[in-house]
Amino acid sequence: MEPSLANYLALSGILFTIGATGVVFKRNALGMFMCIELMLNAVNLTFVAFSRYYADVTGQLFVFMVMSVAAAEAAVGLGIIIAFYRNSVSIDVDDASLLKN
Amino acid sequence: MASNVLFYLFAGFAIACALSLVYHRNPLYSAISLIGVFIALSCIYVTLAAPFIAAVQILIYAGAIMVLVVFVIMLLNLDEDRPLTRLKYLYALGAGLGLILLVQTFFIFYAVMRAPNHTVNVDQTVGKTLSIGQAMYSEYLLPVEIVGVLLLMAIIGGVILVRRLEPTQLRLVINEELDRRNEGQEKDDFRIAL
Repeated sequence: MEPSLANYLALSGILFTIGATGVVFKRNALGMFMCIELMLNAVNLTFVAFSRYYADVTGQLFVFMVMSVAAAEAAVGLGIIIAFYRNSVSIDVDDASLLKN
Repeated sequence: MASNVLFYLFAGFAIACALSLVYHRNPLYSAISLIGVFIALSCIYVTLAAPFIAAVQILIYAGAIMVLVVFVIMLLNLDEDRPLTRLKYLYALGAGLGLILLVQTFFIFYAVMRAPNHTVNVDQTVGKTLSIGQAMYSEYLLPVEIVGVLLLMAIIGGVILVRRLEPTQLRLVINEELDRRNEGQEKDDFRIAL
């Protein structure tokens, strides 16, 4: 007996929840970045599960696109983190309040 | 039966690694936990008959992206994450958000479980590299090209973001910032990595 579609969706939902709460709880820009990657992966899992259960290759192509976007996000996001670290020697998001006053 | 056991094994591993990612304050431990999640998900993709996506998951996520993240962690030589100092209400907000999302997840779980059974179309060629390549370069050619342009933009953006300012420009920025801080009588030690 194979695990049903609902099992994969539940796993994906749980991973997404952990990622979303992690983004709120983490103070560290790198930690938030990694939680966002976790959320992207949770969505990828639903794509692959639906692609399997409808025997359609489109879902897996979307996973490929999401991975490319994640790679672009990694390049730009880490660039922003390094630029921020150069200005205020920390990557704590609480310190990023230059626009506040 | 065997696939059920494999699913619960890898699902448990993925969830444990995800919790450890959020729990640890040291970014390096978080990064290693995230690699564990990627490997568990890749194994699940194999059981879902998607070997190409499983391979790409290891290559791009665990290989390229996480190496970049670990490299940045090493480069910045960070302290451990501090607990929240300001914005303490975010804890309540995060817990509430997590609860809502979890309830939604179980709602979806029950809705899909109660739905009439899908006729599982077991077409073994779907996940193969051949069928993905054929779809990618015929039907989905335009999205692939758009993704190529996006990656080019990301390369240019990354180079522009981390480039160093010219010394004269940098001095201007520093003076401006110091003036601003002195006006506000702030005692922050303002350091800039030159």
